[in-house]
Amino acid sequence: MALLTIRNMTVRFATSTGSFTAVDGIDVTVDKGEVLAIVGESGSGKSVSMLAAMGLLPDTATVTADEMSFDGQDLLRMTPRQRRRIIGREITMIFQEPIASLNPSFTTGYQIEEVLRFNAGLSKRAARARALELYRQVGIPDPEEKLKSYPHQMSGGQCQRVMIAMAIATNPRLLIADEPTTALDVTIQKQILDLLMKLQEQTGMALILITHDMGVVAETADRVQVQYKGKKMEEADVLTLFERPSHPYTRALLSALPENATGDRLPTVGSFLEPEVQP
Amino acid sequence: MSTETHVVEGRNLVRDYYVPGSLTRAAKTVRAVKGINFSVDRGKTLAIVGESGSGKSTLARIIALIDPASGGELMIEGKPVDIAKARLTREMRSKVQMVFQNPYGSLNPRQKIGDVLMEPLLLNTDTPSAERRRRAEEMLVKVGLPPEVFNRYPHMFSGGQRQRIAIARALMLNPTLLVLDEPVSALDLSVQAQVLNLLADLQEEFNLAYVFISHDLSVVRYIADDVLVMNKGEAVEQGTREEVFADPKHPYTRELFAATPVTDVEAIRERVARRQALRAATA
Repeated sequence: MALLTIRNMTVRFATSTGSFTAVDGIDVTVDKGEVLAIVGESGSGKSVSMLAAMGLLPDTATVTADEMSFDGQDLLRMTPRQRRRIIGREITMIFQEPIASLNPSFTTGYQIEEVLRFNAGLSKRAARARALELYRQVGIPDPEEKLKSYPHQMSGGQCQRVMIAMAIATNPRLLIADEPTTALDVTIQKQILDLLMKLQEQTGMALILITHDMGVVAETADRVQVQYKGKKMEEADVLTLFERPSHPYTRALLSALPENATGDRLPTVGSFLEPEVQP
Repeated sequence: MSTETHVVEGRNLVRDYYVPGSLTRAAKTVRAVKGINFSVDRGKTLAIVGESGSGKSTLARIIALIDPASGGELMIEGKPVDIAKARLTREMRSKVQMVFQNPYGSLNPRQKIGDVLMEPLLLNTDTPSAERRRRAEEMLVKVGLPPEVFNRYPHMFSGGQRQRIAIARALMLNPTLLVLDEPVSALDLSVQAQVLNLLADLQEEFNLAYVFISHDLSVVRYIADDVLVMNKGEAVEQGTREEVFADPKHPYTRELFAATPVTDVEAIRERVARRQALRAATA
């Protein structure tokens, strides 16, 4: 049975010029222990659909769906209190800008202990011990010292490790990673992806990886969902997607990769993609 | 070696940053660029590759005549230039232009596109106003935008279109050298392909030399003639694209290559098989 099921989700934003549809009838399912990559360019609604599932969108957003359930529990009809027992505990999320995701005024240790005390119900002492254990698990060097460090004293890669430690602190069954490596250097990106995949394999949690990078998809995903302008274009297992992409948009994306360039010029998606000049 | 003069040549370029001390900390000097040698000829592209902190952007700013070098010699078309000693002439400013990474930050939101393009001419040349306008409109067409956008503001454009505008601005003075600091890394993949094609077309049409700063090896492999890999301010590897990509000598270059994700179907097949085996073992 699917762990997370979303059927026909639509997200609209109220703007000064009328309603804007960011997500237009998207289905998402992810099974236990599965790695799903949602791939798309800016404006594809890949982040918005997951933020909607987490209930993290502002009041200007209207979310509708035929079904939204986690492990058989109906997320649409539950009370906010029930929902909070799932969001942040069973489903956790990490974001693109690790340094901006952390509060600059508190030590990273304080912030992870807060998660452990409120979401895992640990005592202060137990939280400290568990935080240290988590820092070791995500490979932060010199963990005792780093618990006392503020975010600005750590590198982007280390901050993302802290975010991952916070996200796995409650032993979630689903981790949603929204462009977790986009702000990082390529060698650090590899370390973070390796870490996420190692943790996924150790804990058996499901992982939804939101990305624009086909290389990241190739190195992590079991199954891939391609989105464009709020709609799902294609869904396939990772090998099929790269070997025999069926949708023209997916083919266009793959051929626009510079490493796949055959001639002098890169093929472009052409008129299919170029947004019209605004009047 | 050709007898032709290089468009740009750097000899042992060095850049120091002075970090002032405080009550508890002594002042120190950080050497961000540690003696770099390079040259670029007309119509050629030198890619400078490195991660954050490698000094690649510092070097780009020196080449673009924005910041002075602390040591070494920079030659533009065979003439030594040192902006720390003498004010940059209009002629030199016209020869070297720069395009920045973030097209949202590099265009003034209160300046119309036409004014963005005409400003370099206004500041550096004595072109009359009607001529300035004509040349700006021509340049818009060259970078693939309709001339009607002349009176619009930057917020009306997408990231890719803004980068076209930034490229158009850089070309207004007929430069011989463009310094491109991560010009496509803020863009979506499909738009990135369009901008890379545009850069290739413009290079051919104007016989431009490019210094292309990037962290993305797949882009570099596509666009570069020569490659310079920087790490911690030093050039750890330097050579033609074929040399560097076929046979990387330095461990750091190899590490960079190993870290770059591959979209090769065989590699995916292997990974999928590994995961299935792992799953079968734990089930």
